[in-house]
Order: sequence, then C-alpha cells, then structure tokens
Amino acid sequence: MSIQIENVSKKFGTFQALNNINLEIPDGQLVALLGPSGSGKTTLLRVIAGLETADEGAILFDGDDLTDAHVSNREVGFVFQHYALFKHMTVFENMAFGLKVRKKRNRPSPSAIKEKVYELLQLVKLEGYAGRFPSQLSGGQRQRVALARALAVEPKILLLDEPFGALDAKVRKELRRWLRKLHDEVHITSVFVTHDQEEALDVADQIVVMNEGKIEQQGTPDEVYDHPASPFVYDFLGNVNLFRGRLNHGKLSVGSAKLEAIGHQDAADLDAVGYVRPHQLAIERVKQSEDAIPAIVTFSHSVGPVVYIEMKLQDSNEFVEAEISKEEFNRLALTKGELVYVRPKEVKVFIPEDFVI
Amino acid sequence: MEPQISETIKQITTRKRKSSKESKWVKVVLIFIAILYLSLLLFIPLAAIFVKAFEKGFDVYLAAITESDALSAIRLTLLVAVIVVPLNTLFGVAAAWAVTKFRFRGKQILLSLLELPFAVSPVIAGLVFVLLFSPRGVLGPWLVDYGIKIIFSVPGIIIATIFVTVPFVARELIPVMQAQGTSEEEAAVSLGANGWQMFWRVTLPNIKWGLLYGMILCNARAIGEFGAVSVVSGRIRGLTNTMPLHVEILYNEYQFSASFAVASLMSIMAIITLIIKSMIEWKTNKQEGKGV
Repeated sequence: MSIQIENVSKKFGTFQALNNINLEIPDGQLVALLGPSGSGKTTLLRVIAGLETADEGAILFDGDDLTDAHVSNREVGFVFQHYALFKHMTVFENMAFGLKVRKKRNRPSPSAIKEKVYELLQLVKLEGYAGRFPSQLSGGQRQRVALARALAVEPKILLLDEPFGALDAKVRKELRRWLRKLHDEVHITSVFVTHDQEEALDVADQIVVMNEGKIEQQGTPDEVYDHPASPFVYDFLGNVNLFRGRLNHGKLSVGSAKLEAIGHQDAADLDAVGYVRPHQLAIERVKQSEDAIPAIVTFSHSVGPVVYIEMKLQDSNEFVEAEISKEEFNRLALTKGELVYVRPKEVKVFIPEDFVI
Repeated sequence: MEPQISETIKQITTRKRKSSKESKWVKVVLIFIAILYLSLLLFIPLAAIFVKAFEKGFDVYLAAITESDALSAIRLTLLVAVIVVPLNTLFGVAAAWAVTKFRFRGKQILLSLLELPFAVSPVIAGLVFVLLFSPRGVLGPWLVDYGIKIIFSVPGIIIATIFVTVPFVARELIPVMQAQGTSEEEAAVSLGANGWQMFWRVTLPNIKWGLLYGMILCNARAIGEFGAVSVVSGRIRGLTNTMPLHVEILYNEYQFSASFAVASLMSIMAIITLIIKSMIEWKTNKQEGKGV
C-alpha cells in the first residue's frame, strides 16, 4: 500500500514540528525518515499512524483519505521506540492481543490465533519464548516481539519509531540486517525513523532527510549520499570539509586556489562555501593545478585500512580532513608539520544566503 | 607494579570499612530515636486502648460493641466507606487519566485543586457544607422545597467524607501513570483495541497495585474521619453517629471502657489496613524489581 502525505503541518504550542510536508511513499518499499532530534521525523511517523492529528493537510493510503480515521481503523502496525510491550502479559499474549481484541465476527478461533502466533514466533526466531514475560527478554528479543506483535494483525503498513535506538551496537547491526531480510520476505510498505545515517544508508530503499519540520531531500541512499541537495544533507550524511571563498563566474577562489563551481556560471562576486567529502580530497606533494590548496599536516591516525589525515589550510587556518588508503599514505610518506597540497576531486558549492550553518 | 596496586586496594577497602564503622554508630542512634519516638506516640497509646477496653472484663467489652447504638454507628461507618471509596476511585482514575494522558490548558490548576482537601482543615470543609446545604444555607430553601435533607443526616456525612478523601486515589495514581507514559495504551490502540479494551486489558493491570493502595488509604480515612463529619452529622444516636463520633460521645459520658472498646475496634481496622498496605507495597516492590 502506498502512502501519500499532502501539505501536512503540525504545531505543538509555538513549535512548528511539521511544516507543509509533501511526500509519496511507494508501495512495498522500506523507507527511512532520517534527521536530527527535533526535525519532526517521529511526529510525521505518528501522524501517518494516526497517533497525532495533523493541523493541516491530508494523509492518504492508496488514494483513500484517512486523515480523520482513528488509529485502530488504519490497519497500521506501529513498533514503538521502547517497544511498549505489555509488561503483565507473556510473549504469546502480547502477540495475540491484536487478534483477541477484534470484534467477534472478525476474531479468529483460539486455535487459529495460536497457530498465527507460533508462525510469527518462528519468523522472529523466538520459538521457545512464548511463555516468557517481557522483563525476561533481552533488548533485541523485545524488539523482535514488538515487531511480531505489530505484524500479527496483518497491517497494510509497518511503522517503526527508532527501532534500533535502544540496542547496543552489535545487536543493532544484526537486527537491522534481519529487518532488511524480513522486509524482503514480507514485502510490506515500511517506514522507519532514525537519526543514524549509517542505519538509513544500510537498510532503506529510500531515504527522506528531514530538518526543522521540512523535507530536505528524498532519494535512494546513493542519490542522497553522493548528490546531497543542500548543505544540511551534506553535513548530516557523513563527514564533510568546508572551503569558504569568493564565487565568480563558475569559479570558487579559496585563497590562491580556484575550484570549479558547477552550476554557478552566472554568479558574480559572492561569498560561497565548497563542500567536499574527506574521501574526495586528494593529497599531493607538489602543486600541479590551480585547484590545489596548500595545507600543513597536523595529525594522522589509521582505522583499519583507512588513514585519516587532519590538515590546516595555510591561507585561512581552517582545518580539513582527508580519508586515504593506507597504501596511498605509505606512498606519500607524510609527516607532521609538512606542507602538502589538497585537491578536491569533487566539490559542490552552495551560496550561504539560502541557509544558516 | 602489582604489589603496589594490591596495597592501594587494601588501603581503599580499609578506609571503606572504617567509614562504614562510623556510619554504623549513626545508624544505631537514629534507629533508637525512631523506635523511642514511635513507642511514645504510637505503640504505648495503642496498647493503652486495648488495656482500657478490657479493663472491666470481656463481657463489658462485648456489650459495648454489640449495643444497638454502637452497631448502628458501625453500620453507618461501613455504609459511608462502601459509598465513598468506589466514588472516589472512579473520580481518582478519571482525574489521573486526564492529567497524565492528555495535554490541556489548566492542568496545573486541576492538580492543585486535587490537593486542596489536604490543605483545608476538615472542620472548615464541614462548615462549608453546612453553609451550603442547611435550611438557612445558600441552597437550603431549594432543598427544603423538595424535602431533601442533607445536613444532620446521612447524605451530609457522605458528602463531607467524599470531600476529605478525594485526593487519595488520584495522588497515588498520577505518579504511577506518569512513569508508565502512554506508549502501552498507544500500542493497544494501534493493534485495534477500543477504549474499553485498552483500559481493562492494558491500563488497569498496569496501575492495579497503585489503585488498590490509594483505595486502602481512602478507605482508612473514610472510616476514621472525625472533623468534617462531626460538623455535618448532628450526632443523632442510632441515626447519624459514625464510629469516631460514637467513641467521643461515650467518652464524654464517662463510659470509658465502652468508649475504648469501640476505639479498639477501629484500631483493629486500622491495623488490618496497615497490613494490607504493607503487603501491597511489598508486592509492588517485587514487581518493580523485575523491571522492564
């Protein structure tokens, strides 16, 4: 089932949580709502679920307007950040809850409920845990019970609020791979909220980057990572180096160097910032072209096969970081305090009057 | 290196032991003071009640509590409790629900109002009802027209008791429900439960111990309330006398043994309440200890 969000706004007191959101979530996809805290991503998820009502705008499922429909009639499965398992019920009772509260004519027989629950227990690999209470489970197990409970009512849409937020790093990684696999099997339109860019890039078909109640960019992980639409997306998804300079007819002057500013041919004498990812920064010992910027090596450290090198730009005293392979590092034989030239292999220039950093 | 480390550890542990030795003294003294204080103010008077009650033998005791005025006082007290506790339970749950699960304007005012009966002297509370409902009161003429009697009769006693005991259930529930938040309820609703199913299957099991605790405190106060009730009751023997009022009347008539006999009955009720209360506390601690 696809989801259409049209002109949705929501205020909490004077705080604008959602500001005119328009979003189309295609059928069967796993979509991440990614943003810092306070960006409105959880509010948007709760508006889709019907746990919050939008002040303005409409929510449509497959074209049906459900803006005023109650949560219990939307057929959504919601997985809460802290699982919200019913403490006083066993795993089995938790998972059977959604089926047991149905009206009599829609309610499956006790044996059918039992069958369904055991089928789901198998799906989430918790076969032996039906009689346990939530307090007797680990975080990852609780998360899987919460997911199975939501799936038990066969929702049309699955919504997950920070599904892995409360888990430790290793379990988180395992569980998100598992969610991806599960989604490929069950194929239900799923939306999850996260503030962890790695998680979004790793799992989602589509990423919706949000900031201050607005959507900054929507696209596949590659699109969003490789072609950020705004300085915010650049900054939020991965590390980035800033080169401040003057923009003039498609060239950004940073100190004595001149960088190519694609898409800014008409700009005349403006302050602008070039954005360059650390892995797109080449280090050279001699100046070979006009886009090489002189810098002093200040620090380097390696993580596995990758070496991070921190440098200070000679003209502006600003720090930049480059990410190169160990082989490259050994070939260059860099030492602290040395003069080198950094050359951006790819740069995206933004004019700062449209945004605030 | 190693011997040095073990030496430091030894130093730290001995220091620890020393500090716990000092606090042990403080502990003993504090416990002693607490017990002394409680003995003087609680245990000795409690024992005195029973000693005094049985002073003239078991027959006098039995006669005092089976005499018709005494029985009527016991009946009235229980009637008041049976009416007041459920009403305040309903109100307490509703108020706690409203305060903890919704955002609305004037929430702080509602919270303060909930505490008001604790701040107001019970005698004043009783007087307010007299001013309102007595024949010469604000609503008096209207009530007289319809032949409704509130002051110096059972309805007045019930209203005064409700007023005095209103905060107990809500006060117990609000922190419990605040701590639990709304996510379990939201989960229930998102799974298709309606309001009743959500309340009976999810909310109530989560708050049951807090609720019971509040009800017990409410019940204890409803049985023991003296000030407000004494103002509105008129103390008509066999009609509007509750147990605490009966105790006072007997005492004023120099029937000490009978007075203390009824008092001992109330003490027994209080002790039973205390035991149930401790059991609930123990139970909730155990439940919380499990944690989620």
